[in-house]
Amino acid sequence: MDNVKNLEDQFQARIDAGEKIEPKDWMPEKYRKTHIRQISQHAHSEVVGMLPEGNWITRAPSLKRKCTLLAKVQDEAGHGLYLYSAAETLGISRDEMYEQLHTGKAKYSSIFNYPTLSWADMGTIGWLVDGAAIINQVMLTRTSFGPYARAMVRICKEESFHQRQGYEILLILCNGTAVQKEMAQDALNRFWWPSLMMFGPPDDQSPNTAQSVKWKIKRKTNDELRQRFVDITVPQAEVLGLTIPDPDLKWNEERGHYDFGEIDWTEFWQVVKGNGPCNKERLKAKVEAWDNGEWVRDAAMAYAEKKNAQLTKAI
Amino acid sequence: MKKEEWPIWEVFIRSKNGLEHRHVGSLHAADATMAIENARDVYTRRQEGVSIWVIESKHITASNPENSGELYEPAKDKVYRHPTFYELPIELKHI
Amino acid sequence: MTDQQTANSDNKLYEYLLMLGDNSMILGHRLSELCGHGPTLETDIALTNMSLDLFGQVRSYFQLAAKVKGGESTEDSIAFLRYERDYRNTLLVEQPNTHFGYVIGRQFLFDAFHFPLLQQLQKSKNTDIAAIAHKSIKESAYHLRFSSEWVKRLGAGTAESHEKMQEAINHLFPFTNEFFVESNIEREMKEAGIGADLKLVEEQFTQKVEQVLADATMEYKELKPRMAQGKQGLHSEQLGFILSNFQYMQRAYPNMQW
Repeated sequence: MDNVKNLEDQFQARIDAGEKIEPKDWMPEKYRKTHIRQISQHAHSEVVGMLPEGNWITRAPSLKRKCTLLAKVQDEAGHGLYLYSAAETLGISRDEMYEQLHTGKAKYSSIFNYPTLSWADMGTIGWLVDGAAIINQVMLTRTSFGPYARAMVRICKEESFHQRQGYEILLILCNGTAVQKEMAQDALNRFWWPSLMMFGPPDDQSPNTAQSVKWKIKRKTNDELRQRFVDITVPQAEVLGLTIPDPDLKWNEERGHYDFGEIDWTEFWQVVKGNGPCNKERLKAKVEAWDNGEWVRDAAMAYAEKKNAQLTKAI
Repeated sequence: MKKEEWPIWEVFIRSKNGLEHRHVGSLHAADATMAIENARDVYTRRQEGVSIWVIESKHITASNPENSGELYEPAKDKVYRHPTFYELPIELKHI
Repeated sequence: MTDQQTANSDNKLYEYLLMLGDNSMILGHRLSELCGHGPTLETDIALTNMSLDLFGQVRSYFQLAAKVKGGESTEDSIAFLRYERDYRNTLLVEQPNTHFGYVIGRQFLFDAFHFPLLQQLQKSKNTDIAAIAHKSIKESAYHLRFSSEWVKRLGAGTAESHEKMQEAINHLFPFTNEFFVESNIEREMKEAGIGADLKLVEEQFTQKVEQVLADATMEYKELKPRMAQGKQGLHSEQLGFILSNFQYMQRAYPNMQW
């Protein structure tokens, strides 16, 4: 027991000294479990996140927009893959992680349980959802677990175009016809509050924050990150000429930050618990894709085994 | 029926000729041909490479971090392997 | 040439570009429907890459077509604002993603046609077409490699996959005949040294298909060609649904910038 305690102290000392932890290093069981949970949830968010945007690929309004949206959704598949790979170094298989997703045991970002109802949603998701994600992800490039940090470096590099393409979509809508501007405002109205919820419950209801800060999975608390997001985003909305749907939003000179209204946490927990507008559809789409692909995956394995057997025989 | 998962492959990419292949990540593939193709699609979407190596992860033997002490620390005091160990007059050129 | 003759030959070139671009576009659309719904993440990424390659080709063809046509036309007006009967793609590429066997079978049969077609177009007297073909052929070579491998995996994988791949081939192969039934436009373009000689394309297609489908243990030689005149604008019932999706924004919100 003392021995484990001692190891844990040494482990924490390494993290405090800014060392990275690599998969084969000794680590507390809780560190391993927390990382498997967080990295796989992050991966699930990427792949479920493909669905709301994928919903508009076939209806994109121009060839250029279709290509950028396809490339963006494809990147999300890539990011899911990098993250699953990082989690796999901790001794869980991708199949097991899928199993957890498909049975509803694993969570993913609740924002993807909202429907995409117009083309402007593609712009708004890029601007707000990717914007919120970037704030989290930049922080994670310096996290203590090596494979996670490396995946985040790659992801951040690739994602830099995502938010810009989203904002550009909105810029064009807001400089377009009245109908287009209305479409953009409507999208902002629907996605603003769910975007703020992306940073998770308020600090006083977030029991894991202290531990996460210790392991450098987090360097700032949920509320700090949320505040940063609001401060960055409000001026960007002004450039677009859109109104953020919060009557309580105003600059607080004293704090040097924007004050904003109360978030409806009942809604947040509803969505997290599976009762959001699209939870069922998102999960169903992933389960169907997986089940329909089973014979394909099996065929590829069977073919590889046959080829190997032929090769062995030839030798 | 629960079947076998496609094995994991490690991917190494040479970003341009003259440089060595570097580990960039991993992926799943049923066979080597597919692993190369998947690596091309997953890891070179932004012209990151001119050459790809893949190897099934199970074929990699890794050193054990618990042996780090005996493996790497003995090199620490062999400073004479580094050029800066040798003090030479500043006037000396091309050495 | 008189103005009238120039207009005529421009018009034919325009129609020929539509045939080339529409095949890539409708196939690209079918692949784009799958994004996020494939059997593994890796295959999702691969199929999206192919879709992106195809849409890249579409943009090149239609930018050129817009130049040829002149006036107000743009790559987008050509892509999105024609009526159903004005689309010139072959019927094979509009066949639905019934299951992954259909996706792979459709891709392979198209690639086996597309690659030798581009080989010839690289030598086109129209330097713009030659340049597009030169760029596209590298993409097409990769697609052909990818789809050939997958046809073999599915065809010669398990009993179940064999059956599914065969079912897809039974449905899809009969549409390939349309590639090689030369339309008037294609004949004139060939004679002008601009278009491909479909006879030569067919020889290579037949060879490639024979080789890959034999490895994949697929039967296809008894399959009879289907009546198909997509190149003349007579489509299957699929295309209307594709277009209602594809054209939705441009039709619902006309004359706007995106």
